[in-house]
Amino acid sequence: MTKQHANWSPYDNNGGTCVAIAGSDYCVIAADTRMSTGYSILTRDYSKIHKLADKAVLSSSGFQADVKALQKVLKSRHLVYQHQHNKQMSCPAMAQLLSNTLYFKRFFPYYAFNVLGGLDEQGKGCVFTYDAVGSYEKVGYSAQGSGSTLIMPFLDNQLKSPSPLLLPAQDAITPLSEPEAVDLVKTVFASATERDIYTGDKLEIMILKADGIRTEVMELRKD
Amino acid sequence: LPVWFSINADYFFLQFTIPIDNGDSVKTAEADSQRTLYPYVTGTSIVAIKYKDGVLMASDMGGSYGSTLRYKNIERMKAIGKHSLLGASGEISDFQEILRYLDELVLNDNMWDDGNSLGPKEVHNYLTRVMYNRRNKFNPLWNTLVLGGVKNGESYLGMVSMIGVSFEDNHVATGFGNHLARPILRDEWHADLSFEDGVKLLEKCMRVLLYRDRSAINKLQIAKITEEGVTVSQPYSLKTFWEFKAFNNPTAGAEGSW
Repeated sequence: MTKQHANWSPYDNNGGTCVAIAGSDYCVIAADTRMSTGYSILTRDYSKIHKLADKAVLSSSGFQADVKALQKVLKSRHLVYQHQHNKQMSCPAMAQLLSNTLYFKRFFPYYAFNVLGGLDEQGKGCVFTYDAVGSYEKVGYSAQGSGSTLIMPFLDNQLKSPSPLLLPAQDAITPLSEPEAVDLVKTVFASATERDIYTGDKLEIMILKADGIRTEVMELRKD
Repeated sequence: LPVWFSINADYFFLQFTIPIDNGDSVKTAEADSQRTLYPYVTGTSIVAIKYKDGVLMASDMGGSYGSTLRYKNIERMKAIGKHSLLGASGEISDFQEILRYLDELVLNDNMWDDGNSLGPKEVHNYLTRVMYNRRNKFNPLWNTLVLGGVKNGESYLGMVSMIGVSFEDNHVATGFGNHLARPILRDEWHADLSFEDGVKLLEKCMRVLLYRDRSAINKLQIAKITEEGVTVSQPYSLKTFWEFKAFNNPTAGAEGSW
């Protein structure tokens, strides 16, 4: 009796793209709102951005059921942290927690491609980018998801990140102003939508600053 | 002698020990693993829309056993508590198990006797967790569920798949419905549909499914959920038209073809 192979997969890719850009006193986190499966669209209005703490916002694409479960775990861990420390988690702290949570399921991973954006303890923008099993890095900007290969090279061109090999280490925070960064995000998504079938419908942008979070929505092509 | 429990030879084999009568030795027995491999009796699409007073949901009453139409009177939509309506496509026995889980959930909710009752959002979240949890254990409930409801004037409509993917929208459809009905709904759905317009829209979708989905049957029910509660219609059938000229004598222009 040979072992039967399952004819279903526990994973699915629900598509979508996430981008974040760090500025001197702001952070822009953006994602499209399309949720797909195979060649079908499930819904045109699904938010991939979630506020985990006052200064830490997570945007994830990939397998939506895993993303939702991951967010629930992080939200509940943050609640416990608040009870124990009587303060919100900082963005770097949340970054480490996310990495640990992902690695915890190293042998049955969360199929989630994450970008964590926020403000660090000094009020400067910070962006952390992850793979599915928790490997992460603090960067000045990042793109993850189905459109990431279309967007990342363009961001590299526009935001001229200094080499991580330089000593002393140079910040990759962009000198762009907040309206310029938001405009750049809108441009990259409009372009990614043209060529990536899984990106489109609407663009949701969250701008995090010391005084609070602002949200903007922009229409994208629906085909 | 090994004891064989064979329901279906395609299952995985498990080995375990059972004590025998004389008490001091054990026998090795083999039993089939109980993990889901594929569905047996299945229901086809569910289509649902939000309308002015709440949610309308449609499904046919067929239960297919592969390519055989085995059951023709299956109700695939059921009321859950006071505020929700659950529709299921996929394995019927798994749907019945989900109804048992929800029975317990609603019972416990009622036993609190505190004036609160589970709303559609809560039931949808519960179902999402159940489906995801079973997927994590590699033993899924082979269903795609549609959860609609109204609570405190707010309408809610959501869907969960067998691997735990969930979302809400103004209109949802499972299986073939996602391919054939959703495009119609994207074009013709609008906010504040009247009951009559909503039913007409659902019937239009169900008719297309009837023509094009091999497992659909012409015996459907439409369920309505509003602030007042759930009503499931009596089964009825749709008028169909098979006299299109081009379908009447399809080989007229090319003798010998089909």
